[in-house]
Amino acid sequence: MRILPFLISAIITGALVYCFNTRFGPAPAFGKFLSPQHGFWQNAEPSLVNFNEQLSFKQLNGNASVYLDERLIPHITADNDADAYFIQGYLHAKFRLWQMEFSTMAAEGRVSEIVGDKAINFDREQRRIGMRYAAENMLKEMEANEFTKLAADQYTAGVNAYIENLSESDLPIEYKLLGYKPEKWANIKIALFIKQMTKTLAYSADDLANTALKNVFTDEQMQMLFPETQDSLSPIIPPGTIFEKPVFEPVAPANADSLYLQKRDSSLKMAFLDQPSRDNGSNNWAVSGSKTKSGAPILCNDPHLDLTLPAIWYEIQMTTNTMNAYGVSFPGIPGVVIGFNDSIAFGFTNAGRDVRDFYEIQFKDDTKKEYWFNNEWQETKLRVEEIKVKGKPSVFDTVAYTIFGPVTYDASFSNPLTGGKSIATRWIAHFPSNELLMWHYLDRAKNYDDYYNALQYFTVPSQNMVFASKQGDIAIRQQGHFPLRWNRQGVYVMPGTDSSYLWQGMIPLTAIPASVNPERGFVSSANQRPVDATYPYYIPGGYDVYRGLEINRKLSQMYNITPQDMMRLQGDNFNPFAEVVVKLMKKYTDVSKLSASEKKYYELVANWNLMNDVNSKAATVFQLWYDKLELNVWEDEFTKKDSNLYLLPNDYTLADAITKDSAFSFIDNINTPQTETVNDLFITSLKEAIPEIEKAEAEQKLEWGYYKNTTVYHMLRTSLMPFAKTGLMIGGGKHIVNATQHSHGPSWRMIVQLTEETEAYVVYPGGQSGNPGSKYYSNFIDTWAKGDYYRAWIMKRGETDHPKLKWTIQFKKA
Amino acid sequence: MDWWVIAIAAFAVSAIIPQKPLFAFLAGFFALFFLWTLMASYIDVKNKHLLSTKIAEILFKNPSHWLIMMATGLVGALVGGFAALTASFLRKNQA
Repeated sequence: MRILPFLISAIITGALVYCFNTRFGPAPAFGKFLSPQHGFWQNAEPSLVNFNEQLSFKQLNGNASVYLDERLIPHITADNDADAYFIQGYLHAKFRLWQMEFSTMAAEGRVSEIVGDKAINFDREQRRIGMRYAAENMLKEMEANEFTKLAADQYTAGVNAYIENLSESDLPIEYKLLGYKPEKWANIKIALFIKQMTKTLAYSADDLANTALKNVFTDEQMQMLFPETQDSLSPIIPPGTIFEKPVFEPVAPANADSLYLQKRDSSLKMAFLDQPSRDNGSNNWAVSGSKTKSGAPILCNDPHLDLTLPAIWYEIQMTTNTMNAYGVSFPGIPGVVIGFNDSIAFGFTNAGRDVRDFYEIQFKDDTKKEYWFNNEWQETKLRVEEIKVKGKPSVFDTVAYTIFGPVTYDASFSNPLTGGKSIATRWIAHFPSNELLMWHYLDRAKNYDDYYNALQYFTVPSQNMVFASKQGDIAIRQQGHFPLRWNRQGVYVMPGTDSSYLWQGMIPLTAIPASVNPERGFVSSANQRPVDATYPYYIPGGYDVYRGLEINRKLSQMYNITPQDMMRLQGDNFNPFAEVVVKLMKKYTDVSKLSASEKKYYELVANWNLMNDVNSKAATVFQLWYDKLELNVWEDEFTKKDSNLYLLPNDYTLADAITKDSAFSFIDNINTPQTETVNDLFITSLKEAIPEIEKAEAEQKLEWGYYKNTTVYHMLRTSLMPFAKTGLMIGGGKHIVNATQHSHGPSWRMIVQLTEETEAYVVYPGGQSGNPGSKYYSNFIDTWAKGDYYRAWIMKRGETDHPKLKWTIQFKKA
Repeated sequence: MDWWVIAIAAFAVSAIIPQKPLFAFLAGFFALFFLWTLMASYIDVKNKHLLSTKIAEILFKNPSHWLIMMATGLVGALVGGFAALTASFLRKNQA
């Protein structure tokens, strides 16, 4: 034996194995990751994959089957609910494990565990707004009810049955890339998922920015800039509806004027703050049989969310002895969330109501153990949060809980909008509720009464819940729990030193906006304010105007409606906002002051058919022109005290103001000595936009589809671009019925005609598999982008030789 | 079994079959290079290069399935080659 060469060679071999088995920075361990038997190659699914399988579990009560159709939609056929929920959990894990675990870990502020210290601020915020606290409150309710306890327990058992039998080589690829492993699933994660959706849909409110803006504007000006309702509003509840007078009217505290409405705090500065997208919206409507060709109601829904891969939805049919529901589910929770059964169909849009307020807290000292409330020092409950950080020691954060809720901001967690103040979050999502119970009843509902009863279990995130039944009923109801507010309550940060600023109750459920079988023959919602100004409650929120206006305009003119007509409506690219603004552009632009090239672009807009189609150059010119115009109107006033721009009035406010008053005072640029006129505004804005327009044209990106570049990102956004789908040629945009923006829009499109044999057309921008190495990962996207749909195959029990059926997974009781 | 059993396997084969160090290294190197690239190719063809191109783009900013295949082969080959070389030194110098 040759000792020295042996040793040197052995050391080199060992070093190679060590290096290839270790992660350096963000790169995966190359040996493990590239090994054909362990690494990413194992995620490369054969294009002729066979999903047939026989499984047996002792947790099952009996035998059940999952029939997978050609689009990989599972049709679960079980004898009882328990087995169906077990199987749903198993399938969610089998096809979407990484996504469901990542989103629920993010919900409770545990991203630093996965990606390291760059996520610490995100994690701290999640904990400081009380996400896990909210989920714990929900879990208690969920486990106290026999139906939801069964669903949750069985679902969790199904997820864990999959995880327990998962070998390292079968881990979803994101685990291999990031270098971690799944933990056991638990019921709390179901609650966490729902709370994360609640944050997405019902957390954003502008209290902090509004408070800072009071350095510049009076409350009266704020009311004009951020109006409560709009003249053009086409509300969800038809105008003319008579509302009952409230039994109890909330009263503003006597000192509200001085301590709240007119209070100015010069220590606050405007700034950008990460908030859930304010574009989260959706469309839904149902038309009664009197308006359809078949004589049966048609229900449609397209919820607008961030477009991601793996998709947020997983399509599924669940058949048991108590239900036969088809639709989409959220990987992470049991049941069918949007869909239909043998008797009814249902869908949602976001209500956008403000159900979260901020209160300024006075702590006795830095220990945060006591705060001043109702003339005495009250004890807080301190919750110590350990944030584990990948590759680093844990970070500890102490969150104080008050009567209002968790203190989100304080000296140790501050931004320019909070200026180091202690601010507590009061949020309906912290209240005990059991939203799962609504879906339990809804999935099994047979008629309007069942739907009505199901809805009462839903607290937050408040939704416009549309309904249609085979009995011929249509209905919509803005369901949720809403604080009873005095006028202007909760627009700004409120004093938290006594009980007078607390919510004085909830709006009674009997006063909730609802409409059943209205005379006009349809119900609809598109995130607009639900009611006109005659509604006797103060209901601030983030509302859209134009989509609702356009949908109602179209629906009221439609008769003999077919599902194909509904597809055209969901994909409609008419821009009702541009309809208003282009008129102003034509009216106020002095063409004689334009150069030849400027005039060319002006003419594009002036002659535009107002459709945001993929090949429209005018749509892009309009957008770039309007963007400049918007800044020219607001930027000078809104940056008066600070260089940062945070919150601008919405598009409607601007268009409406200039339409009504060409001398609208904000048109003038306060930073110049002269007074700008409305003509100056339009021409300056166009001229300023020209360089960008020319640049887009030079890059061949002036056509709207190319300019918008609709993209479905992987959940880890730009860090995994090869897992995304970019450059999708689809029209539409903001304020348009086809609400597809750059990476936000219809996350699910559904049209259900409730004829005796249900006829449903569906599509979503993704695929059933969460595996980027599967051809079922993104295979629906092109169909979606084209505006096409799939006819849903609704499997009947025993229909096991149908040509659509491709594979069967047998679940046997062990 | 972990991926690095290839090192033990190459070491064992080289220990049983006496070879000169250079030949042992080359035998281990190419054995593992071909083993891993062939296994990967088999998977890759059935997958129609769907995932390999994406991973190549993530790791090398170049969506080439050949590139990721070569990288795969090379990692296996280096470990296999040096493991085999190590075993070849177990015997006395025959020259």
